[in-house]
Amino acid sequence: MDILDFRFDAIWNYRELFIRGLWITLGLTVVGYAGGLILGLFVGLGKLSKKKWVYYPAKYYVDFFRGTPLLVQLLLIHTALIPSIFGHSLGFFVSGAVALMLNSAAYNAEIIRAGINSIEKGQMEAARSLGMPYKTAMRLIILPQALRRMIPPFGNELIALMKDSSLVSMIAGSELLYAGKVVAGATLRPWEPYLTVAVLYLLLTFIFGKLISYVEKRFSNSYVPSPRKQRLSVGRTEAGG
Amino acid sequence: MITIRSLHKSFGSLQVLQGIDYEIKEKEVICIIGPSGSGKSTFLRCINLLEEITRGEIFIDGIQVNDPKTDINEIRKEVGMVFQQFNLFPHMRVIDNITMAPIKIRKMGKTDADTLARQLLKKVGLADKADAYPEQLSGGQKQRVAIARALAMKPKVMLFDEPTSALDPEMVKEVLDVMKQLALEGMTMVVVTHEMGFAKEVGDRVAFMDNGLLVEEGTPDELFNQPKNERTKAFFSKVLV
Ligand SMILES: Nc1ncnc2c1ncn2[C@@H]1O[C@H](COP(=O)(O)OP(=O)(O)OP(=O)(O)O)[C@@H](O)[C@H]1O
Ligand SMILES: [Mg+2]
Repeated sequence: MDILDFRFDAIWNYRELFIRGLWITLGLTVVGYAGGLILGLFVGLGKLSKKKWVYYPAKYYVDFFRGTPLLVQLLLIHTALIPSIFGHSLGFFVSGAVALMLNSAAYNAEIIRAGINSIEKGQMEAARSLGMPYKTAMRLIILPQALRRMIPPFGNELIALMKDSSLVSMIAGSELLYAGKVVAGATLRPWEPYLTVAVLYLLLTFIFGKLISYVEKRFSNSYVPSPRKQRLSVGRTEAGG
Repeated sequence: MITIRSLHKSFGSLQVLQGIDYEIKEKEVICIIGPSGSGKSTFLRCINLLEEITRGEIFIDGIQVNDPKTDINEIRKEVGMVFQQFNLFPHMRVIDNITMAPIKIRKMGKTDADTLARQLLKKVGLADKADAYPEQLSGGQKQRVAIARALAMKPKVMLFDEPTSALDPEMVKEVLDVMKQLALEGMTMVVVTHEMGFAKEVGDRVAFMDNGLLVEEGTPDELFNQPKNERTKAFFSKVLV
């Protein structure tokens, strides 16, 4: 095949398939990521717990989801777990989002554990010495500082999860890669559909990357608000009071 | 006010405190001196149970601190602590560092807490720093904020663990002056320090700790001018009073 003999007009007829795939990939990413953050917070806190009955379930959870391939987890959830709970499949989106969520929660748990551990011991001691219960100190003193340090690894996790969502094509989930597969089969041309898919993934990576660097800049190392923001907030107070 | 009986503390097989008996009365300023590693910090941290006590008893106002039935947070509300490394909360403005515990723990109203915090800032000479963030302060200023933060809980006793040891020499005095003022106002204080001048001038009693034991104690005059114990004498000959 001549590489220069691309015929992207063949793809154009299938544009709606790709656009739909793009949205589904985006949906899987957003739902899986948000769920993974919340669940990961609990699992991460569990891994920090001194109570054995909290610590061990959290540890085994992380070990399982980080130690087995996502594809295996996805198939287990889609073909075994969900059908045995509900009696039938709930569709690829539910299975895919749940698998991505459970999987990324394990990685997020480690990010959260490491972030919390990176806060100097003195912070917790100072809070406790003021009479603050452990949970309050965690919420008001430790987590706000730790979350900042977690932003860069959380950003990496978002992009990784977005790319991992392509595995949902293996359970016939009509996300982006699946659209490429279908079109490749229909046109018998492998280059154009898969290149299109790759470019669309790149586009998503680019957008997420921009988003992440915006958030990172917003929560830079310094806690002191930038002069512009300070002036704005002063303005608001004056207007309000 | 504080009664300590047969206090033992070990870290694993390392015996750090080997049976301390001590009595601290209201409004007394106790200075604890002694070589590095002798257990001074550990002793102080046992008083508000930042370290678990291996054996012995501590009573504050008749309540046994290390009784499992005692709510340690209730005790800690009454026991302020100032750390060598300040341990200010970097993500909060100075004023919020000070008002947070009164609001969240003492359930004080926001305006009352704010008024109190501004009074305390004035007292430690930092009235103009209310809106600054800790990273914008010098070491001496940070430590004075830390003192104000502890005082905002209106504690009955203040514990200081080498409050000036992390400071540049030119900032030591501003912190010691605040502490001196506090002593004059009748605050009960336990101060671990290497500042012999402060111990002499402000301390009601000075205790010398070595190897996990309070080897000798008495008025500053007794201890500095007529030490009886050989180890105390040896220590003073090294530190040049
Ligand atoms: N969390 C801990 N785990 C194990 N050992 C500890 C711990 N904290 C303190 N120690 C040990 O206990 C001993 C006493 O320490 P401590 O900090 O109380 O001494 P110190 O008199 O305050 O010394 P310094 O003047 O250097 O601050 C030291 O040998 C120290 O290594
Ligand atoms: Mg110490």
